[in-house]
Amino acid sequence: MRSIGRTLGRATLRDIALTCLAVFVIGLSYGAIAVASKFPLWVPAAQSVLVLAGASEFLFIGIVAAGGNPIAAAAAGLLVNTRHLPYGLALPEVTGRGWRRLLGTHVMNDESVVFALAQPDLPRKRAAYWACGLGVLICWPGGATAGALIGSAVHNTSAFGLDAMFPAVILGLIVPDLRNRGTLRAALAGAAIALITTPFLPAGLPVLAALVAVLLLTREQT
Amino acid sequence: MKDTTLVVAGMATLAAGTYVIRLSGQALRARITFPPRASKLLEAAAVILLAALVATTALTQGHGFAGLARPAGVLVAGVLAWRRAPFLVVVIAAAAVTALLRLAGVH
Repeated sequence: MRSIGRTLGRATLRDIALTCLAVFVIGLSYGAIAVASKFPLWVPAAQSVLVLAGASEFLFIGIVAAGGNPIAAAAAGLLVNTRHLPYGLALPEVTGRGWRRLLGTHVMNDESVVFALAQPDLPRKRAAYWACGLGVLICWPGGATAGALIGSAVHNTSAFGLDAMFPAVILGLIVPDLRNRGTLRAALAGAAIALITTPFLPAGLPVLAALVAVLLLTREQT
Repeated sequence: MKDTTLVVAGMATLAAGTYVIRLSGQALRARITFPPRASKLLEAAAVILLAALVATTALTQGHGFAGLARPAGVLVAGVLAWRRAPFLVVVIAAAAVTALLRLAGVH
């Protein structure tokens, strides 16, 4: 740990710690929302360790709780997680080999990738990737489990506005992308499609229907 | 929870599939170069999906409207995020605004 600290410097380490703290708080809301949606504690606890990709887990819980099929919910979650494919393509060799590669692959997430890409050279990219990846690996399941425990004790979680946290988290993550005009227009169109189809389509499908808005982008670029 | 076996199968699918996605990007990196347009479109598709997720989770509950308190909280969070407020502030503001509105009787 000390060598990671020396490689990265104070400011970056503080940013990573703050990010992990945010992940912990979001994990709290995730666990609390899951038990409020009638899932037993082990569902968010196991999901948070094994999937380790917040948006897809929220989506899974949301679709299943709304009466959707769990396999369809998993498919929707996987679609959201396809963004990890370009992540893997964009990252330099940060994980190493053998068991490090196995674990390093699992801790690839929005936060660890962002911090790694922001560093100027490979040793610092590697240190940032691992520091943030391992931090999230501890904070996300820790938060989810604590949240599930709190949620089981506190019954009226909506009084605390926890249900507003999830969309806020996702919005916070995509705002940098939305500064691109074309992406913003397509995203707004997609959101509109999802909202319009919500009263008619089964749970989970409105979000997928939003993908039609990708056509706006293909036309624009050709 | 309705059907435990089916839910576990869904969880396993999501976990295993996500791991394979994470692995394949790295494995492909050495072998192929994605056309930049394709990876840009893939990225944009993820953003569209997530934006739709924001809209539906902020505004709807089941097949109907979720009430005013939640979208108001999310709107405040969106404005803060756009003005580059720290992530934690954005998230806590959403919960706080929603909770305060509900306390004031707005649902």
